[in-house]
Amino acid sequence: MAQLNMVGALNKALDDAMAADDRVCVIGQDVGVDGGVFRVTKDLIEKYGEDRVIDAPLAECGIVASAIGMAIYGLRPVAEVQFSGFTMQAFDQIEQNMARFRNRSRSRFPISMVLRTPYGGGIRAVEHHSESREAYWAHTPGLKVVIPSGPRNANALLHASINDPDPVVFYEPKAVYRAFREEVPDKPDPIEIGKADVVRAGADITLIAYGAMMRPTLEAVEDLVEMHGVDPEVIDLLSIWPMDTASIVESVCKTGRCVIIHEGPRNCGIAAEIIARLNENAFEHLVAPVKRVTGYDIHFPFFQVEEHYLPDAESIIAAVKETLAYE
Amino acid sequence: MGKPPIDLGEVENLQILDADGRADEAFAPQLADDELLKIHRAMVLTRKLDLRMLAMQRQGEMGTFAPGLGQEATQIGQIQPLGATDWFVPSYRSFGAQLWRGWTIEGLMLLWAGFFEGFEVPPGVNDLPFSIVVGSHVPLASGIAMGIKQRREDAVVVTNFGDGAISQGAVNEAFNFAAVYKAPVVFVVENNGYAISMPTDKQAATPDLARRGPGFGVPAIRVDGNDVLAMIVATNEAVTRARAGEGPTLIEAVTYRMSLHTTADDPKVYRTDDEVDTWKPKDPITRFEKYLLAKGLLDEGDDERIAEECEQEVLDGRERFRKRAIAKPREIFDCMFEQLPPSLQQQKAEYLARLDRKGVE
Repeated sequence: MAQLNMVGALNKALDDAMAADDRVCVIGQDVGVDGGVFRVTKDLIEKYGEDRVIDAPLAECGIVASAIGMAIYGLRPVAEVQFSGFTMQAFDQIEQNMARFRNRSRSRFPISMVLRTPYGGGIRAVEHHSESREAYWAHTPGLKVVIPSGPRNANALLHASINDPDPVVFYEPKAVYRAFREEVPDKPDPIEIGKADVVRAGADITLIAYGAMMRPTLEAVEDLVEMHGVDPEVIDLLSIWPMDTASIVESVCKTGRCVIIHEGPRNCGIAAEIIARLNENAFEHLVAPVKRVTGYDIHFPFFQVEEHYLPDAESIIAAVKETLAYE
Repeated sequence: MGKPPIDLGEVENLQILDADGRADEAFAPQLADDELLKIHRAMVLTRKLDLRMLAMQRQGEMGTFAPGLGQEATQIGQIQPLGATDWFVPSYRSFGAQLWRGWTIEGLMLLWAGFFEGFEVPPGVNDLPFSIVVGSHVPLASGIAMGIKQRREDAVVVTNFGDGAISQGAVNEAFNFAAVYKAPVVFVVENNGYAISMPTDKQAATPDLARRGPGFGVPAIRVDGNDVLAMIVATNEAVTRARAGEGPTLIEAVTYRMSLHTTADDPKVYRTDDEVDTWKPKDPITRFEKYLLAKGLLDEGDDERIAEECEQEVLDGRERFRKRAIAKPREIFDCMFEQLPPSLQQQKAEYLARLDRKGVE
C-alpha cells in the first residue's frame, strides 16, 4: 500500500488501467508531455506513448466527441476537460452523443468512456474554475455521475468508471487533490457505482455530503460529537447517479432527521433530489424538515469572498442544531 | 489529363460526366460493367424509396423525414469505394448510401415512421445511426478514425453533412482533430444549395465550402455532386490517401436539393420554381443513363424496366415495413444502460403497471 494524495491515486488508477487493458487511452489538453495541469496524467505518455496519451487541440467539444468516437470504435477512452466550467463547450456532445448513443443504436454501440473533470471552489481561481454542475449531468438520462472525496475512493471509483460499460462523468474535487494522503491499495479495489459509503454510524441525525464537502462535514461532525454531544450518521454519497436511495432511506428511517450538504446551487440541486426520495420512502419516519446547506442560486463569487459562499463547518453545525431543535 | 484530382492545399473542380453523359475517360474510374449497373440501380432505388416515402408521409403513414431527391449521385458516389470493414457516419439525409451499405428499406421506413427498431444497425454493417442535431456526428467520425489509427487497423471512415453543418463549431473541430492526428476520415459536405431556407452564399462567405479544408491542413476538392463517376473518383482517391496514412480529405459535392428540406417544409417561401428548373437538366440519374446507353450497358427501355423493378422492391419493402410496424412500448427502458440501476428498475415497473392499466401490450 502506498500513501497517496488524490492526484497520485488517480494517476495510479489510470496507470494500472492502461497497463491492464490496451483499449484504455487518455485524451485531453496538456495530458501528455505536461502530465495534465493538475498532474493527474503525469508520466503516462512515457509509459504508453502518444497514441494512447493524446495531447488534444484546445477544443473541449472535439475532445469529448473524439473520445465518444473512440468508444464507438471499441476503445475505452478517458477524456479530461481541464476544468468542469469548460465542459459547457462540450455540453452538446455529452447530451447528444455520449449519453444517448447506446439507446440510439439499440445497444450496438455502448459508450464505455469516462469524462474526468475537476470541479468545485476553494482554490482561489478565476471565473469559470469553481463551479459544481453535477446536477446537469445527473439530470441527463444515460449518464452516470460519480464524485470521490478522498484518495482511496478516488482510485477505486476511477477503476469502476473505466470498467463500466456505460458513460461516466467523473467529477474530481480539486480542493481535495493535494489536501491529504491515504493508503491506496496496490491492486485495484473498485467500488460499485451506485453505492454510498456510511462513513460514520450514528443515531441522532443523518448528514449527507459528497466530494469536497466531506471535509467541512467531518469537521462539523467532530465538533458536534465533542462539543455538543450529538451522535450523527454520515453518508458520503460517492455516486450522484445512480443514487444509493436504499442507504439514505435506511439511515434517515433510523435517525428521523437529515441535513444535506453540497456546494452547487440549491435550486434543482442534488439535495432537492435526495429530499424527494426521502419524501417518497421515509416520510413517516421524518421528525423534522430536511435542511439543505448548499451554494446559493448565484454565480460562484470571485475568490476573495468564496469562503463565505461555500458551505463550511459553521454553517453545517448551525443547520444541524436547528434540525435537532425542531419538535 | 492524368493529373490526380486532389492536390494538397488546392481546391479544384472535378467533373467527369458532362450534361449529355459524355465521360472524360482520362479520369473515369475503372469499374466493371456489373458495378456500373449496380451503381445505376442503387441511384434509381434511392429515388423510388424517396418518392414513395413522401407519398406515405402525405398519406399519414410516415413521420417527418428529409428527402434526398436529386442527391443520388452524391450519395452513391461517396459510399461505393468503401469496404465492409470501413465505417460510415451519415447525416439524416442519407437514404442512398444507407441502402448501399445494407440498411433495409423496411428498416429505414421504420426509423422515419418513429419505431426505434429502425435504428438497429444491420449485422456486419459498421455504420452509425445518424444524429438529428446538424453536424453533431461529424467529430464522432474523427474519433472513430483516431481509434483506427491508434490500433493501426486498415479501415477508413466516410462522413457526410450538409452546407448548413459547415457553420457548426463541432464540424470545424472535427476537421482540425482529424488533420492534427492524420486520422483516416473522408469528409463529404453535400452542398445542396440550402439549409432549410438559407442559401449557401448566406451560410458561408467563402465562394466554395471546399476552401475550408486547406486552412485546417485538409486537402479538398470540389466535385460535381450530380456526377456519380466524379464522386467515386474523388472518394476513391480520398480513401486511398486515408489508407496510406495521409489523413483526412474534404470533398465538397455540389448538388441541389430538388425536394423539401423535410416534409414539414415549403420551399416556395424561399426559392422560385425557375431556379429549381435550372437543375432539372443536371439530373444525376438521367445523365448516368445516357452514359450507360452510349456505352452499350443499357438498351432503350432498360431504364423503365429497372425503374419498375426498383419500384416493386420499394413496395415489397413497404409490405415488410407494414408487418413490422408494431410499436413496442414495453422496451423503452431497455437500451439505457447495460444494467438498469434500482431507481430505473422502479420507474420501469411503474411504467409497465401504467401500460397494464391501459391494457397496452
